[in-house]
Amino acid sequence: MKLIILDDYEQVSEWTAKYIRNRIKKFNPGPDRFFTLGLPTGSTPLGCYKKLIEYHKKGEISFQYVKTFNMDEYVGLPRDHPESYHSFMWNNFFKHIDIRAENAHILDGNASNLEKECQDFEAKIKAAGGIELFVGGIGPDGHIAFNEPGSSLVSRTRVKTLAMDTILANARFFDGDLSKVPTMALTVGVGTVMDAREVMILITGSHKAFALYKAIEEGVNHMWTVSAFQQHPQTVFVCDEDATQELRVKTVKYFKGIMDVHNKMVEEP
Amino acid sequence: MPSNKSVSDAPITQFVNCRILKDHKLQWEDLWVREGKILNPEKLFFDEEGFADHKVDCEDKIIAPGFIDVQINGGYGIDFSQASSDIRGGVALVAKKILEHGVTSFCPTLVTSPSDIYHKVIPELRVQDGGPEGAGVLGIHLEGPFISEEKRGAHPPKFLRTFKAGGLADLMEIYGHLDNVAMVTLAPELANSAAAIHELSGRGIAVSLGHSMADLSQAEEAVQHGAKFITHLFNAMLPFHHRDPGIVGLLTSDRVPPGRTVYYGMIADGIHTHPAALRIAHRAHPAGLVLVTDAVMAMGLPPGRHTLGQQQIDIQGLHAYLTGTTTLSGSIATMDMCVRHFREASGCTVEAALEAASLHPAQMLGISHRKGTLEYGTDAGINASFGACFTFLFFYN
Repeated sequence: MKLIILDDYEQVSEWTAKYIRNRIKKFNPGPDRFFTLGLPTGSTPLGCYKKLIEYHKKGEISFQYVKTFNMDEYVGLPRDHPESYHSFMWNNFFKHIDIRAENAHILDGNASNLEKECQDFEAKIKAAGGIELFVGGIGPDGHIAFNEPGSSLVSRTRVKTLAMDTILANARFFDGDLSKVPTMALTVGVGTVMDAREVMILITGSHKAFALYKAIEEGVNHMWTVSAFQQHPQTVFVCDEDATQELRVKTVKYFKGIMDVHNKMVEEP
Repeated sequence: MPSNKSVSDAPITQFVNCRILKDHKLQWEDLWVREGKILNPEKLFFDEEGFADHKVDCEDKIIAPGFIDVQINGGYGIDFSQASSDIRGGVALVAKKILEHGVTSFCPTLVTSPSDIYHKVIPELRVQDGGPEGAGVLGIHLEGPFISEEKRGAHPPKFLRTFKAGGLADLMEIYGHLDNVAMVTLAPELANSAAAIHELSGRGIAVSLGHSMADLSQAEEAVQHGAKFITHLFNAMLPFHHRDPGIVGLLTSDRVPPGRTVYYGMIADGIHTHPAALRIAHRAHPAGLVLVTDAVMAMGLPPGRHTLGQQQIDIQGLHAYLTGTTTLSGSIATMDMCVRHFREASGCTVEAALEAASLHPAQMLGISHRKGTLEYGTDAGINASFGACFTFLFFYN
């Protein structure tokens, strides 16, 4: 694991965006060789998306040969609802870049057969050659995507009922009205993300500090599903100072001490 | 990569680097257009997996909905109230020219005329869609002849009329046809006007109060019968009085039926209305303000003497007078001048100025689901755009 500790949210957004930019450029995608990118939603990656859009507008990066796979989508929410993950991705990312719709994959929470939709999604990932880089966030309860506490660490894309914690955390996007928040979602499994060649997790804010501690300093445990990535060969955790508050001083000092090495990965290519 | 535009193969144009008037605000958003309608790009992306065929760089300009002029008597030498030998050609000429002012839809206006003029001209002024060849005709605005003699302004007194019973028979006798008519201006204090207002409103024709001596309660009654517009507020009506505000009082009347708005036309050319009066009206009832040009045939022509309806007028600078008098006989300001003047005089936002010439007239005519906004699915008609210093550029899809 690489733990990248930066001062604040803006720096995390910038570092992450640069990392993604460099990874895509180094891969040098083309019409026969797409770069497959797993993507999250929520407030954590917003800054990163803004930065990627900025780099795209400057001409530093193209998404023409990038295939994206989003982690999750609510069940039963109309696709054009302002809080659907389709709307989120369109407004915050897709509409500003040069990606073609046929290369942007998001689970369909209104499919008539949800299980088949999940299986098809797994098949699409496989057909695309697997995911090069899966970017994700972490919930306050340590979940990745909608893999709530207790989710199998080898789970695949499936329908999940959301935990109360998650519903509460999402209520702010639905006028604070709990009755309006969807209770089920389609999500990639922990196993699905583990299959990616590289995983990058963004964690910002002190309310995520305990989850980060559980994810990297305690054991692998299905109650904190992000901890599964301790067993992935290529994981990068990017966080801000606030998110480190529950970590041991020793952990933080060690990783801060090797930031020079880490920063080489985001230099201009 | 093949595109899968499952709905239509027509080319899609994407306007980028622009601010568009949306949800009453100017926002940095791209505008997508296909086949003369504003397209929802999110639906295009997810449902059709489509993308733009052409991108147009607007260089940071504003895209506003096309302006709608509901009171225009002619221009460029064409007078809509004359039964010329080529009425349709005349309308087409004006329609083409006013595109340059950002007007994409209009109501050719006929002033008080003898019955035979109405019978000849009305069938020739057809409702039609706009396009690159000219602004669309929404319908005719018949300003008269059922108006007040004292407040006739520039209208010829010998052709004024009163209602016999006010029903359809009266209207048909004078006008001959009511197809293609979008608006009628009348004076509600005329006997039996209520029946006329009912008849016209029932046919979807907007009834406007103007050239009238009505007091406020007569005006309110007319609104209750269906009237929804005031023709060039302040002009050709009793002035505001604090014990009987007259028609002007409709702006703040508490007897307007719930759910309805009274709209009012303002000629914001700096001449027909003092800027302070413009501000009073705007502040009292901003949502109802509709900019109109009331442009006469001489708009676009050089200074001198010209014919309007059955009368002669003199052009001097931005003023148009009834020959030999100081009575104003309509304006020669263009719509874009009016929008700019309104913004400067009232200090309102750019959005409010643009909406006064687009959204509000569309709402008044009941067509805001199709025109006057940049909502998805509305007519893309035309995009008028103002730069930051109000230089003017416009596109057509």
